[in-house]
Amino acid sequence: MEKNKEYKDLINQHAPSSPTLKNSFLAFLVGGGICFISEIFVLFISRFIPEEKAYLSATLILILIASLLTALGVFDKIARFSGGGTLVPVTGFSNSVSSVAIDSRSEGFILGVGSKIFTVAGPVILYATAAGTLYGFIYYIFNLVRDML
Amino acid sequence: MRRIVYFDNDVSFLGSASVGGREEKRGPLGELFDFCDETDRFGMKTWEAAEAEIARLSLNLAMKKTKISPDDLDVLLAGDLENQCVASSSGLYSFGIPYIGLYSACSTATEALFILSNLISSGFIKKGATVTTSHNSAAERQFRTPIEYGGQRSPTSQWTATAGGSFILGSGGTVKIKEGLIGKIVDGLTTDAMNMGAAMARAAFDTIYTYFQLSNEKINNFDLIVTGDLGKYGSQILEELLKKDLPGAEKIHADCGNLLYDENKQDCHAGASGCGCSASVLASYFLPKMEKGELKNILFLSTGALMSPSSVLQGENILGIAPLLRFSIGE
Repeated sequence: MEKNKEYKDLINQHAPSSPTLKNSFLAFLVGGGICFISEIFVLFISRFIPEEKAYLSATLILILIASLLTALGVFDKIARFSGGGTLVPVTGFSNSVSSVAIDSRSEGFILGVGSKIFTVAGPVILYATAAGTLYGFIYYIFNLVRDML
Repeated sequence: MRRIVYFDNDVSFLGSASVGGREEKRGPLGELFDFCDETDRFGMKTWEAAEAEIARLSLNLAMKKTKISPDDLDVLLAGDLENQCVASSSGLYSFGIPYIGLYSACSTATEALFILSNLISSGFIKKGATVTTSHNSAAERQFRTPIEYGGQRSPTSQWTATAGGSFILGSGGTVKIKEGLIGKIVDGLTTDAMNMGAAMARAAFDTIYTYFQLSNEKINNFDLIVTGDLGKYGSQILEELLKKDLPGAEKIHADCGNLLYDENKQDCHAGASGCGCSASVLASYFLPKMEKGELKNILFLSTGALMSPSSVLQGENILGIAPLLRFSIGE
């Protein structure tokens, strides 16, 4: 038993953790940069269409760009550099879907792409939907109680 | 009972070949490989087919270099990292050589050489070959995330080599396989699949320590103790264990995973891993060095992490294994 603990300590001594400070800084820079660019899109697009729809269009453009960069094989290189900065905005979600699509293409469109496409994004979709449902339920009860008072 | 297996009759390397991909070409051993494809595709449509092609190419090259035809080979022992070892079977079926498929994770190269040495030493087989391969993209797809997925990798993670190595064994060659020690399955005491070097270092230590317990050999009789793919941090752990219990051994330790890539120039984190790592480094680097007489006596252990994507998700410890062989020249 004692020996096992010794070895576990040895593993920990020789396992450097990720450079959190550097990663956070790069994530701030790249993630913020992506949001900055998307604000420019919004400003430009809202000249032609209502502002609310301009925000949606900007999101769609980001998704498109991230997918294209994934297909060109550049996205993972940018992501590796940017310490999580590409992961949090919608670009990360786009990449997680399109990268699986490319990967599973060789296994066919139905059982390959079709059944595997959300293997990485799946948890986000499931728990985002679940959290939304829970929030909606709480909001409904809250309103019900408020109206009764 | 654990005991060293002595190959009484001459078992020696008659030929070998190494094949690599883009990162292997860019690495410090790039020029020593027999063939590298910098597209990593090897002319194939899928990564899995590319790995099969690595197996085919490496055996073909080894036979060409030694002027041996498939008819001269009595048996083929091969393994890889793909599910059901399909790269080996689909890449090698066209040779029509009697075949035994093997799996022992990244330690398959040594496992195959060990079994073939037994077959040759016992006289059942005159000549045979071993082939082991891995492909970075095929492994990523199977064990980790999609290839183009933009995630972060931990500093202790290793880069599965896109590489393969083939060896033709028989008798009458310069470099002989003298003895072997079968590895024991050892609990790596970690569940972290991003730190497999640490999981395997314990198994490597167990085998090396047992070898010197059972053998009359002294540490300074050896030029090197070579491990397969412990990488940077696994090597540090092994060297610390050796320093304590087998002083002197840590000074002659080398690791194939640390040799394949340039840590400063290539984004491969803690070094190389995979079935193809130890096989290709042995074929491209250590065997030629022995043939030239620069190394006379070495211990060689490929190291394997025994786990599956499911066992890792289910929180099971990663188990390690490290079979050992002794290579010598002369007498």
